[in-house]
Amino acid sequence: MPVIDKNTTFRGYRRDNGRVGVRNHVLILPLDDLSNAACEAVATAIKGTMAIPHPYGRLQFGPDLDLHFRTLIGAGSNPNVAAVVVIGIEDGWTKKVVDGIAKTGKPVIGFGIEGHGDHETIMRASQAAKKFVQYATGLHRVECPISDLWVSTKCGESDTTSGCGANPTVGNAFDKLHPLGTTLVFGETSEITGGEHIVAARCANDKVRDEFMSMFNRYQAMIDRWKTTDLSESQPTKGNIAGGLTTIEEKALGNIQKIGKKCTVDGVIDKGEEPTHPGLWFMDSSSAAAEMVTLCAASGFAVHFFPTGQGNVIGNPIVPVIKLCANPRTVRLMGEHMDVDCSGLLQRELTLDQTGDKLLECMMATINGQWTAAEALGHREFVLTRIHESA
Amino acid sequence: MIHVVLHDAKDTVAVAVVEGIQAGTDLTAWIMDEDRTISVKAVQEIPIGHKVALKNMAVGDTVYKYGVDIGKVVAPIQAGEHAHVHNIKTKRW
Repeated sequence: MPVIDKNTTFRGYRRDNGRVGVRNHVLILPLDDLSNAACEAVATAIKGTMAIPHPYGRLQFGPDLDLHFRTLIGAGSNPNVAAVVVIGIEDGWTKKVVDGIAKTGKPVIGFGIEGHGDHETIMRASQAAKKFVQYATGLHRVECPISDLWVSTKCGESDTTSGCGANPTVGNAFDKLHPLGTTLVFGETSEITGGEHIVAARCANDKVRDEFMSMFNRYQAMIDRWKTTDLSESQPTKGNIAGGLTTIEEKALGNIQKIGKKCTVDGVIDKGEEPTHPGLWFMDSSSAAAEMVTLCAASGFAVHFFPTGQGNVIGNPIVPVIKLCANPRTVRLMGEHMDVDCSGLLQRELTLDQTGDKLLECMMATINGQWTAAEALGHREFVLTRIHESA
Repeated sequence: MIHVVLHDAKDTVAVAVVEGIQAGTDLTAWIMDEDRTISVKAVQEIPIGHKVALKNMAVGDTVYKYGVDIGKVVAPIQAGEHAHVHNIKTKRW
Protein backbone atom coordinates (compact mmCIF):
# COMPACT_ATOMS: atom_id res chain seq x y z
CA MET A 1 0.00 0.00 0.00
CA PRO A 2 1.46 3.39 -0.97
CA VAL A 3 2.41 5.85 1.79
CA ILE A 4 0.61 8.64 -0.11
CA ASP A 5 -2.06 8.75 -2.79
CA LYS A 6 -4.52 11.33 -4.11
CA ASN A 7 -6.76 10.86 -1.04
CA THR A 8 -3.95 11.56 1.46
CA THR A 9 -4.52 14.50 3.77
CA PHE A 10 -2.43 16.25 6.40
CA ARG A 11 -3.15 18.75 9.13
CA GLY A 12 -1.78 22.16 8.27
CA TYR A 13 -2.40 25.86 8.85
CA ARG A 14 -4.51 27.31 6.03
CA ARG A 15 -3.66 31.01 5.60
CA ASP A 16 -5.95 33.78 4.35
CA ASN A 17 -4.45 33.55 0.84
CA GLY A 18 -5.28 29.83 0.62
CA ARG A 19 -1.72 28.55 1.00
CA VAL A 20 -1.07 25.85 3.63
CA GLY A 21 1.75 25.96 6.18
CA VAL A 22 3.15 23.16 8.32
CA ARG A 23 4.53 25.46 11.04
CA ASN A 24 3.06 28.52 12.75
CA HIS A 25 5.95 30.93 13.30
CA VAL A 26 5.77 34.53 14.50
CA LEU A 27 8.79 36.13 12.82
CA ILE A 28 10.74 39.15 14.00
CA LEU A 29 12.29 40.08 10.66
CA PRO A 30 15.18 42.55 10.33
CA LEU A 31 15.23 44.63 7.16
CA ASP A 32 18.98 45.16 7.57
CA ASP A 33 22.06 44.28 9.61
CA LEU A 34 21.55 47.29 11.92
CA SER A 35 18.18 45.98 13.09
CA ASN A 36 19.35 42.53 14.18
CA ALA A 37 19.93 43.62 17.80
CA ALA A 38 16.42 45.05 18.23
CA CYS A 39 14.86 41.98 16.60
CA GLU A 40 16.79 39.63 18.88
CA ALA A 41 15.75 41.70 21.92
CA VAL A 42 12.07 41.41 20.94
CA ALA A 43 12.44 37.64 20.38
CA THR A 44 14.02 37.32 23.83
CA ALA A 45 11.25 39.33 25.51
CA ILE A 46 8.24 37.76 23.78
CA LYS A 47 7.96 33.97 24.01
CA GLY A 48 7.00 32.05 20.89
CA THR A 49 8.65 34.50 18.47
CA MET A 50 11.76 34.00 16.37
CA ALA A 51 14.25 36.58 15.10
CA ILE A 52 16.08 35.73 11.88
CA PRO A 53 19.20 37.93 11.83
CA HIS A 54 21.21 38.42 8.60
CA PRO A 55 24.09 40.68 7.51
CA TYR A 56 22.62 42.70 4.57
CA GLY A 57 20.12 45.35 3.52
CA ARG A 58 22.14 48.56 3.26
CA LEU A 59 23.15 50.39 0.07
CA GLN A 60 22.10 47.54 -2.17
CA PHE A 61 20.67 48.50 -5.56
CA GLY A 62 19.37 47.12 -8.84
CA PRO A 63 18.81 43.37 -9.21
CA ASP A 64 20.66 42.73 -5.93
CA LEU A 65 18.23 44.98 -4.02
CA ASP A 66 15.24 43.44 -5.83
CA LEU A 67 16.38 40.01 -4.67
CA HIS A 68 16.88 41.30 -1.09
CA PHE A 69 13.27 42.53 -0.97
CA ARG A 70 11.97 39.40 -2.72
CA THR A 71 13.73 37.15 -0.21
CA LEU A 72 12.53 39.05 2.89
CA ILE A 73 8.98 39.49 1.60
CA GLY A 74 8.96 35.83 0.53
CA ALA A 75 10.21 34.68 3.93
CA GLY A 76 7.47 36.65 5.70
CA SER A 77 4.84 35.49 3.20
CA ASN A 78 5.76 31.79 3.56
CA PRO A 79 2.67 29.88 4.77
CA ASN A 80 4.70 28.45 7.68
CA VAL A 81 4.60 32.01 9.10
CA ALA A 82 1.50 33.23 10.95
CA ALA A 83 2.48 36.85 11.56
CA VAL A 84 5.50 39.15 11.13
CA VAL A 85 7.08 42.11 12.91
CA VAL A 86 9.55 43.90 10.60
CA ILE A 87 12.20 46.20 12.04
CA GLY A 88 14.46 48.39 9.86
CA ILE A 89 16.79 51.30 10.45
CA GLU A 90 14.50 53.60 8.42
CA ASP A 91 10.82 53.62 7.55
CA GLY A 92 10.81 53.57 3.73
CA TRP A 93 12.33 50.18 2.97
CA THR A 94 10.73 48.75 6.14
CA LYS A 95 7.30 49.72 4.78
CA LYS A 96 8.13 48.14 1.41
CA VAL A 97 8.67 44.74 3.11
CA VAL A 98 5.57 45.17 5.32
CA ASP A 99 3.42 46.03 2.27
CA GLY A 100 4.75 43.01 0.39
CA ILE A 101 3.93 40.60 3.22
CA ALA A 102 0.53 42.26 3.84
CA LYS A 103 -0.65 41.04 0.41
CA THR A 104 -1.00 37.56 1.97
CA GLY A 105 -3.58 38.93 4.43
CA LYS A 106 -1.57 37.87 7.48
CA PRO A 107 -0.90 40.28 10.38
CA VAL A 108 2.29 42.29 9.76
CA ILE A 109 3.62 45.56 11.16
CA GLY A 110 6.87 47.49 10.74
CA PHE A 111 8.99 49.75 12.93
CA GLY A 112 11.80 52.13 11.92
CA ILE A 113 14.57 52.72 14.46
CA GLU A 114 15.71 56.21 13.32
CA GLY A 115 14.33 58.94 15.56
CA HIS A 116 13.29 56.42 18.22
CA GLY A 117 16.36 54.40 19.19
CA ASP A 118 16.51 50.73 20.14
CA HIS A 119 14.71 51.03 23.52
CA GLU A 120 11.53 52.62 22.21
CA THR A 121 11.54 50.43 19.08
CA ILE A 122 11.96 47.24 21.11
CA MET A 123 9.13 48.30 23.41
CA ARG A 124 6.68 49.10 20.62
CA ALA A 125 7.67 46.02 18.56
CA SER A 126 7.33 43.81 21.65
CA GLN A 127 3.80 45.08 22.26
CA ALA A 128 2.87 44.13 18.68
CA ALA A 129 4.71 40.79 18.87
CA LYS A 130 2.84 39.79 22.02
CA LYS A 131 -0.49 40.34 20.27
CA PHE A 132 0.72 38.35 17.24
CA VAL A 133 1.78 35.39 19.41
CA GLN A 134 -1.66 35.29 21.03
CA TYR A 135 -3.24 35.50 17.55
CA ALA A 136 -1.02 32.71 16.17
CA THR A 137 -1.50 30.36 19.11
CA GLY A 138 -5.25 30.69 18.63
CA LEU A 139 -5.01 29.21 15.12
CA HIS A 140 -5.59 25.50 14.61
CA ARG A 141 -4.41 22.91 12.13
CA VAL A 142 -7.09 21.82 9.66
CA GLU A 143 -7.30 18.87 7.29
CA CYS A 144 -5.76 19.67 3.90
CA PRO A 145 -5.33 17.60 0.71
CA ILE A 146 -1.78 16.52 -0.14
CA SER A 147 -2.03 18.68 -3.31
CA ASP A 148 -1.71 21.74 -1.03
CA LEU A 149 1.85 20.72 -0.10
CA TRP A 150 4.92 22.47 -1.53
CA VAL A 151 8.19 20.48 -1.21
CA SER A 152 11.71 21.71 -2.05
CA THR A 153 14.99 19.82 -2.34
CA LYS A 154 18.69 20.61 -2.32
CA CYS A 155 21.58 18.37 -1.26
CA GLY A 156 24.77 19.24 0.60
CA GLU A 157 28.15 17.94 1.76
CA SER A 158 27.51 15.38 -0.94
CA ASP A 159 29.69 12.38 -1.55
CA THR A 160 29.39 9.46 -3.89
CA THR A 161 26.77 7.81 -1.67
CA SER A 162 24.52 10.83 -2.29
CA GLY A 163 24.27 9.96 -5.98
CA CYS A 164 23.81 6.22 -5.32
CA GLY A 165 21.46 6.42 -2.34
CA ALA A 166 20.13 9.59 -0.71
CA ASN A 167 19.50 11.61 -3.90
CA PRO A 168 17.69 8.79 -5.79
CA THR A 169 15.58 8.34 -2.62
CA VAL A 170 14.41 11.96 -2.98
CA GLY A 171 13.85 11.23 -6.68
CA ASN A 172 11.66 8.26 -5.81
CA ALA A 173 9.63 10.41 -3.39
CA PHE A 174 9.32 13.20 -6.02
CA ASP A 175 8.12 10.64 -8.59
CA LYS A 176 5.37 9.71 -6.09
CA LEU A 177 4.51 13.33 -5.14
CA HIS A 178 4.44 14.78 -8.66
CA PRO A 179 1.27 13.01 -9.92
CA LEU A 180 -0.65 14.12 -6.79
CA GLY A 181 -0.73 17.80 -7.77
CA THR A 182 1.96 18.93 -5.32
CA THR A 183 4.36 21.78 -6.07
CA LEU A 184 8.04 20.78 -6.11
CA VAL A 185 11.34 22.58 -6.74
CA PHE A 186 15.02 21.80 -7.31
CA GLY A 187 17.85 24.11 -8.41
CA GLU A 188 21.62 24.47 -7.86
CA THR A 189 22.41 25.74 -11.35
CA SER A 190 26.19 25.13 -11.24
CA GLU A 191 25.63 21.59 -9.97
CA ILE A 192 23.80 20.63 -13.15
CA THR A 193 27.10 20.97 -15.09
CA GLY A 194 27.65 17.78 -17.06
CA GLY A 195 24.04 16.69 -16.70
CA GLU A 196 22.31 19.69 -18.32
CA HIS A 197 21.32 17.54 -21.32
CA ILE A 198 19.49 15.16 -18.96
CA VAL A 199 17.51 17.99 -17.28
CA ALA A 200 16.79 19.56 -20.69
CA ALA A 201 15.41 16.24 -21.93
CA ARG A 202 13.07 16.09 -18.92
CA CYS A 203 11.58 19.56 -19.54
CA ALA A 204 7.84 19.40 -20.25
CA ASN A 205 8.03 21.49 -23.44
CA ASP A 206 10.36 23.58 -25.60
CA LYS A 207 9.54 26.83 -23.81
CA VAL A 208 10.61 25.42 -20.42
CA ARG A 209 13.66 23.81 -22.07
CA ASP A 210 14.77 27.11 -23.63
CA GLU A 211 14.29 28.98 -20.35
CA PHE A 212 16.22 26.30 -18.43
CA MET A 213 19.13 26.31 -20.91
CA SER A 214 19.26 30.10 -20.88
CA MET A 215 19.57 30.09 -17.06
CA PHE A 216 22.17 27.31 -17.22
CA ASN A 217 24.25 29.12 -19.86
CA ARG A 218 24.07 32.43 -17.97
CA TYR A 219 25.43 30.73 -14.83
CA GLN A 220 28.25 29.07 -16.82
CA ALA A 221 29.19 32.49 -18.24
CA MET A 222 29.24 33.92 -14.68
CA ILE A 223 31.62 31.15 -13.58
CA ASP A 224 33.82 31.67 -16.66
CA ARG A 225 33.98 35.39 -15.86
CA TRP A 226 35.18 34.97 -12.28
CA LYS A 227 37.07 31.68 -12.18
CA THR A 228 40.83 31.62 -11.61
CA THR A 229 41.18 27.82 -11.67
CA ASP A 230 39.10 24.81 -12.74
CA LEU A 231 37.14 25.42 -9.48
CA SER A 232 38.77 22.43 -7.81
CA GLU A 233 38.01 22.77 -4.08
CA SER A 234 34.93 24.98 -4.72
CA GLN A 235 33.01 22.66 -7.06
CA PRO A 236 33.45 19.91 -5.94
CA THR A 237 34.24 21.18 -2.42
CA LYS A 238 37.04 19.89 -0.21
CA GLY A 239 34.39 17.94 1.67
CA ASN A 240 33.01 16.44 -1.56
CA ILE A 241 36.53 15.39 -2.60
CA ALA A 242 37.24 13.88 0.83
CA GLY A 243 34.01 11.92 0.33
CA GLY A 244 35.22 10.56 -3.01
CA LEU A 245 33.64 12.91 -5.56
CA THR A 246 36.19 13.77 -8.25
CA THR A 247 34.66 16.12 -10.85
CA ILE A 248 31.78 18.57 -11.18
CA GLU A 249 30.22 16.27 -13.77
CA GLU A 250 30.18 13.37 -11.29
CA LYS A 251 28.71 15.61 -8.60
CA ALA A 252 26.06 16.99 -10.99
CA LEU A 253 24.97 13.56 -12.21
CA GLY A 254 24.49 12.58 -8.58
CA ASN A 255 22.66 15.83 -7.85
CA ILE A 256 20.06 15.38 -10.59
CA GLN A 257 19.08 11.97 -9.24
CA LYS A 258 16.84 14.10 -6.96
CA ILE A 259 14.35 14.69 -9.80
CA GLY A 260 13.65 10.99 -10.07
CA LYS A 261 13.03 8.99 -13.20
CA LYS A 262 9.55 10.11 -14.21
CA CYS A 263 8.63 13.67 -13.19
CA THR A 264 8.79 16.34 -15.86
CA VAL A 265 10.31 19.77 -15.27
CA ASP A 266 7.20 21.89 -15.64
CA GLY A 267 8.54 25.41 -15.21
CA VAL A 268 11.48 27.59 -14.20
CA ILE A 269 11.68 30.41 -11.66
CA ASP A 270 14.33 32.96 -10.75
CA LYS A 271 15.67 33.12 -7.17
CA GLY A 272 12.90 33.43 -4.58
CA GLU A 273 10.08 33.70 -7.14
CA GLU A 274 6.81 31.92 -6.45
CA PRO A 275 5.66 29.07 -8.73
CA THR A 276 2.35 29.79 -10.45
CA HIS A 277 1.03 26.22 -10.81
CA PRO A 278 1.66 22.71 -9.43
CA GLY A 279 4.43 20.51 -10.81
CA LEU A 280 8.23 20.34 -10.63
CA TRP A 281 10.05 23.68 -10.97
CA PHE A 282 13.71 24.47 -11.58
CA MET A 283 14.99 27.50 -9.63
CA ASP A 284 18.09 29.28 -10.96
CA SER A 285 20.04 29.36 -7.71
CA SER A 286 23.28 29.07 -5.83
CA SER A 287 24.40 25.57 -4.84
CA ALA A 288 25.44 26.77 -1.36
CA ALA A 289 23.15 24.94 1.06
CA ALA A 290 21.84 27.72 3.30
CA GLU A 291 21.42 30.16 0.38
CA MET A 292 19.37 27.67 -1.61
CA VAL A 293 17.17 26.53 1.29
CA THR A 294 16.55 30.19 2.20
CA LEU A 295 15.49 30.87 -1.41
CA CYS A 296 13.13 27.88 -1.26
CA ALA A 297 11.56 29.39 1.88
CA ALA A 298 11.23 32.73 0.06
CA SER A 299 9.52 30.99 -2.87
CA GLY A 300 6.87 29.67 -0.47
CA PHE A 301 7.92 26.03 0.01
CA ALA A 302 6.72 24.43 3.25
CA VAL A 303 9.02 21.44 3.79
CA HIS A 304 12.49 20.55 2.48
CA PHE A 305 14.27 17.28 1.58
CA PHE A 306 18.03 17.58 2.19
CA PRO A 307 20.12 14.54 1.24
CA THR A 308 23.71 14.51 2.50
CA GLY A 309 26.69 12.19 2.23
CA GLN A 310 29.48 13.53 4.44
CA GLY A 311 27.03 15.10 6.90
CA ASN A 312 25.73 18.66 6.38
CA VAL A 313 24.01 19.85 9.58
CA ILE A 314 21.82 22.58 8.01
CA GLY A 315 18.38 23.74 9.12
CA ASN A 316 16.20 26.74 8.28
CA PRO A 317 14.18 29.02 10.57
CA ILE A 318 11.03 28.88 8.43
CA VAL A 319 11.06 25.53 6.66
CA PRO A 320 11.56 22.16 8.40
CA VAL A 321 14.58 20.49 6.77
CA ILE A 322 14.40 16.68 6.59
CA LYS A 323 17.89 15.20 6.27
CA LEU A 324 18.60 11.80 4.77
CA CYS A 325 21.85 9.92 4.32
CA ALA A 326 23.02 6.69 2.68
CA ASN A 327 26.62 6.75 3.94
CA PRO A 328 26.78 4.21 6.82
CA ARG A 329 29.86 5.93 8.29
CA THR A 330 28.13 9.33 8.43
CA VAL A 331 24.95 7.80 9.88
CA ARG A 332 27.11 6.17 12.58
CA LEU A 333 29.20 9.27 13.38
CA MET A 334 26.52 11.99 12.98
CA GLY A 335 23.28 10.12 13.60
CA GLU A 336 21.71 12.93 15.63
CA HIS A 337 21.42 15.04 12.45
CA MET A 338 19.74 12.41 10.28
CA ASP A 339 15.98 11.98 9.98
CA VAL A 340 16.03 9.13 7.46
CA ASP A 341 18.76 6.45 7.24
CA CYS A 342 18.99 5.15 3.66
CA SER A 343 22.25 3.23 4.11
CA GLY A 344 20.52 -0.15 3.74
CA LEU A 345 20.02 0.75 0.10
CA LEU A 346 23.71 0.33 -0.73
CA GLN A 347 23.80 -3.19 0.75
CA ARG A 348 20.68 -4.25 -1.21
CA GLU A 349 18.85 -4.57 2.14
CA LEU A 350 16.32 -1.91 1.07
CA THR A 351 14.98 -1.01 -2.37
CA LEU A 352 14.72 2.55 -3.67
CA ASP A 353 10.95 2.18 -3.44
CA GLN A 354 11.32 1.38 0.28
CA THR A 355 13.70 4.25 1.09
CA GLY A 356 11.44 6.61 -0.89
CA ASP A 357 8.53 5.46 1.28
CA LYS A 358 10.63 5.93 4.46
CA LEU A 359 11.25 9.52 3.39
CA LEU A 360 7.55 10.08 2.67
CA GLU A 361 6.60 8.62 6.07
CA CYS A 362 9.02 11.07 7.70
CA MET A 363 7.58 13.88 5.56
CA MET A 364 4.03 13.05 6.68
CA ALA A 365 5.07 13.07 10.36
CA THR A 366 6.92 16.36 9.85
CA ILE A 367 4.13 18.19 8.05
CA ASN A 368 1.66 17.05 10.72
CA GLY A 369 3.84 18.70 13.35
CA GLN A 370 6.74 16.47 14.42
CA TRP A 371 10.03 18.37 14.61
CA THR A 372 12.97 17.40 12.42
CA ALA A 373 16.45 16.78 13.82
CA ALA A 374 17.53 20.24 12.62
CA GLU A 375 14.59 21.91 14.41
CA ALA A 376 15.31 20.08 17.66
CA LEU A 377 19.00 20.96 17.39
CA GLY A 378 18.20 24.64 16.76
CA HIS A 379 19.61 24.97 13.24
CA ARG A 380 18.17 28.18 11.78
CA GLU A 381 20.52 29.11 8.96
CA PHE A 382 19.03 32.12 7.13
CA VAL A 383 21.41 33.23 4.38
CA LEU A 384 20.61 35.83 1.75
CA THR A 385 21.99 35.45 -1.77
CA ARG A 386 23.82 38.53 -3.11
CA ILE A 387 24.09 39.17 -6.83
CA HIS A 388 26.54 42.09 -6.95
CA GLU A 389 28.43 44.73 -4.92
CA SER A 390 26.67 47.43 -2.88
CA ALA A 391 26.60 51.04 -4.06
CA MET B 1 28.31 -8.47 0.82
CA ILE B 2 28.29 -5.57 -1.65
CA HIS B 3 31.69 -3.81 -1.61
CA VAL B 4 31.22 -1.36 -4.46
CA VAL B 5 28.29 -0.13 -6.57
CA LEU B 6 27.98 1.16 -10.11
CA HIS B 7 24.93 2.56 -11.82
CA ASP B 8 25.28 1.42 -15.41
CA ALA B 9 27.06 -1.55 -16.99
CA LYS B 10 28.96 0.97 -19.16
CA ASP B 11 30.58 2.58 -16.06
CA THR B 12 34.37 2.37 -15.81
CA VAL B 13 34.49 3.18 -12.08
CA ALA B 14 32.53 1.94 -9.04
CA VAL B 15 31.95 3.44 -5.57
CA ALA B 16 33.10 1.76 -2.32
CA VAL B 17 30.12 1.45 0.04
CA VAL B 18 31.90 -0.34 2.90
CA GLU B 19 34.78 0.75 5.10
CA GLY B 20 38.15 -1.00 5.16
CA ILE B 21 38.74 -2.13 1.55
CA GLN B 22 42.45 -3.08 1.38
CA ALA B 23 44.76 -3.97 -1.53
CA GLY B 24 44.08 -7.58 -2.51
CA THR B 25 40.39 -7.59 -1.49
CA ASP B 26 38.15 -9.37 -3.99
CA LEU B 27 35.27 -6.95 -4.47
CA THR B 28 31.66 -7.74 -5.30
CA ALA B 29 30.36 -4.91 -7.49
CA TRP B 30 26.60 -4.37 -7.77
CA ILE B 31 25.33 -2.90 -11.05
CA MET B 32 22.29 -1.08 -9.64
CA ASP B 33 20.42 -0.46 -12.91
CA GLU B 34 20.58 -4.16 -13.87
CA ASP B 35 20.55 -5.65 -10.33
CA ARG B 36 23.43 -8.06 -11.00
CA THR B 37 26.96 -8.31 -9.64
CA ILE B 38 30.45 -8.51 -11.16
CA SER B 39 33.87 -8.96 -9.52
CA VAL B 40 37.03 -6.87 -9.41
CA LYS B 41 40.16 -7.15 -7.23
CA ALA B 42 41.27 -4.02 -5.38
CA VAL B 43 45.00 -3.40 -5.90
CA GLN B 44 45.05 -0.36 -3.59
CA GLU B 45 43.21 0.73 -0.45
CA ILE B 46 39.80 2.25 -1.41
CA PRO B 47 38.24 4.47 1.30
CA ILE B 48 34.45 4.35 1.65
CA GLY B 49 32.81 6.64 -0.91
CA HIS B 50 35.88 6.63 -3.16
CA LYS B 51 36.06 4.97 -6.55
CA VAL B 52 37.82 1.86 -7.84
CA ALA B 53 38.68 1.57 -11.54
CA LEU B 54 36.94 -1.35 -13.26
CA LYS B 55 39.27 -1.39 -16.30
CA ASN B 56 42.66 -0.15 -17.43
CA MET B 57 42.47 3.45 -18.68
CA ALA B 58 45.00 5.61 -20.58
CA VAL B 59 45.58 9.36 -20.38
CA GLY B 60 42.85 11.15 -22.32
CA ASP B 61 40.27 8.37 -21.95
CA THR B 62 36.76 9.36 -20.89
CA VAL B 63 35.61 8.10 -17.48
CA TYR B 64 32.00 6.84 -17.30
CA LYS B 65 29.68 6.81 -14.29
CA TYR B 66 25.86 6.78 -14.41
CA GLY B 67 26.59 5.70 -18.01
CA VAL B 68 27.67 9.32 -18.65
CA ASP B 69 31.00 11.18 -19.19
CA ILE B 70 32.28 12.44 -15.80
CA GLY B 71 35.73 13.62 -16.94
CA LYS B 72 39.05 12.61 -18.46
CA VAL B 73 41.98 10.47 -17.33
CA VAL B 74 45.10 12.58 -16.57
CA ALA B 75 47.39 9.76 -15.28
CA PRO B 76 47.27 6.08 -16.29
CA ILE B 77 44.87 3.96 -14.21
CA GLN B 78 44.95 0.16 -13.82
CA ALA B 79 41.84 -1.88 -12.98
CA GLY B 80 41.51 -2.16 -9.21
CA GLU B 81 43.30 1.13 -8.51
CA HIS B 82 41.94 4.14 -6.61
CA ALA B 83 40.39 6.54 -9.16
CA HIS B 84 40.16 10.13 -7.93
CA VAL B 85 41.48 13.69 -8.32
CA HIS B 86 45.09 12.45 -8.80
CA ASN B 87 44.21 10.68 -12.05
CA ILE B 88 40.84 12.16 -13.22
CA LYS B 89 39.91 15.80 -14.01
CA THR B 90 36.81 17.62 -15.21
CA LYS B 91 36.44 18.43 -18.91
CA ARG B 92 34.56 21.64 -17.97
CA TRP B 93 35.74 24.96 -16.61
